[in-house]
Amino acid sequence: MLKVPHTTGYLSEHFADDAFGTLVGYERRGGYAALRKVLAEVPPADVIETVKASGLQGRGGAGFSTGMKWSFMPKGDEKPKYLVCNADESEPGSFKDRILMERGPHQLLEGILIAAWATGAAKTFIYVRGEYKEPADQVERAVAEAYAKGYLGARVMKRDFRHDVVVQRGAGAYICGEETGLLESLEGKKGQPRKKQPFPAQYGAFGMPTTVNNVETFCHVPHILARGVEWFRSSGTEKSPGNTIFGVSGHVQRPGLFELPLGTRLDEIVFEHAGGPPPGRKVKGVIPGGMSMPILPAHQLDVPMANEFLRERKTMLGTGGVMVMDDRTCMVRAACVISWFFRDESCGQCTQCREGTGWMNKIVERIERGAGEPRDLEILLDVAAKMEGQTICAFSDAAAWPIQGLLRHFRGDFERHVAERKCPFPECFEL
Amino acid sequence: MVISDETRARIDAEIAKYPRPRGGLLPALHLVQAEHGFVSPELAKELAGIFELKPVDVMEVVSFYNMFFDRPQPRHHAYVCTNLPCALRGARTLLRQLESHLGVHSGEPTPDGRLVLGHEECLGACGYAPMMRVDGVYHEDLDLEQAKRILDSLE
Repeated sequence: MLKVPHTTGYLSEHFADDAFGTLVGYERRGGYAALRKVLAEVPPADVIETVKASGLQGRGGAGFSTGMKWSFMPKGDEKPKYLVCNADESEPGSFKDRILMERGPHQLLEGILIAAWATGAAKTFIYVRGEYKEPADQVERAVAEAYAKGYLGARVMKRDFRHDVVVQRGAGAYICGEETGLLESLEGKKGQPRKKQPFPAQYGAFGMPTTVNNVETFCHVPHILARGVEWFRSSGTEKSPGNTIFGVSGHVQRPGLFELPLGTRLDEIVFEHAGGPPPGRKVKGVIPGGMSMPILPAHQLDVPMANEFLRERKTMLGTGGVMVMDDRTCMVRAACVISWFFRDESCGQCTQCREGTGWMNKIVERIERGAGEPRDLEILLDVAAKMEGQTICAFSDAAAWPIQGLLRHFRGDFERHVAERKCPFPECFEL
Repeated sequence: MVISDETRARIDAEIAKYPRPRGGLLPALHLVQAEHGFVSPELAKELAGIFELKPVDVMEVVSFYNMFFDRPQPRHHAYVCTNLPCALRGARTLLRQLESHLGVHSGEPTPDGRLVLGHEECLGACGYAPMMRVDGVYHEDLDLEQAKRILDSLE
């Protein structure tokens, strides 16, 4: 089945065209014109200023200003500088980067090359999660085409600008999506995150100054340089400009990808674009941005999908992975699945995370079995609070937040399990 | 078990892409596993020699990642994604039904060594659930009959 977003915009409008994945087909659609223009007329510092002014925020989960991140790279050539493309998309509910690589690998490469020009990076490592064989194959094929055409290598587009791209395949570890876990993995080690500081811009891949950006983030860049800051800011909100590709999964009639402006309301995404829940069902809760982000209950879906609005509801845009649960769903069972995942994927470096993820899972499974005690709810919240802000990376926070969110909005589900000593949701998915 | 000359040449080509040789270790493990099916202690020792590491340095990398194996594997791997987006669309029921179809528990190889059926964490197919990854290939929007046919067709 061809995986094309149900609604498209500038990122995905040509994804139905098979030729768009090839260099010739990409150029036919105007591809590589932005790079050509940048190399001819825009000095690196001006590219960074343009991306800063565009307000582009990283699309990998944290939402940091891309232009700012680039500006942290040291100037000068004493040390080689690197870019890393984080293509380790592993956040449950997220599947946009996969399609961006499969259907538009040259759009990604053009964004990378413009970023390399701006930051003075000599080389880019694209780290693709190991399970993404097809996307990695597509990117490798595009890289080979770009070398053959002279868009990569010693003289990019015959300019005095060298850039090389290396594609590395991961081997199955969620933590390698964390940028310093990724850097460790790239260096041939266990993917255990590093302490910050130093930040990657000072000490990144192989000890050199490095900028790490998500796949989608790079893909916006050629459009910003081609059409300008004003055009980019005409979509999205003032603080969160541009489009993004939302992935909608779970209990909806039309799951899949939807390219839409940031700030599109969550209820519009769920009910209009994704067709709402199956006939006769009601939405119970929606995780708005990948599994690490706290859930919102049905009556709070009237929120624009941008961090400045989602934060007011104690959640975040994350990776834009929208997970819909209807009224059959047991939120304790959801907590079992979520906590098991984080327990399994904790890299084990930090005690709070290694032990905390295990305890949270043990307690929610006990509650689900009907063996929970009233005080278990307080223990859960206590463990979650102790996991926040205490560890080398944000994984521990990401494990605590969804459990806190479920208890904030669906405490009644937990209490019924304890009181009735069984799961009161017979129609829920089996564990 | 030894690394063939051809694989060795490909490993050297990978190492050359990185500022430090060890950057080539994950690519090398993928190559060795493609050749031998798993990374045995003797292969790890040979790799350690190439990368000027101790064998334990290689084995700790092997054991950290789900996709590297330190023991012989059945001929085929089939994984059903059972993370939340897939679970909401019946993936766990599908896995249980496939277990009973094959007469094995998840994670246990079939007695004839043909296949291991297991579960995997989110594979980035959330909008196309339930799904299975079989020998690296994604099969999406599955129902039980399709999934059984796919497993039964593996030799």
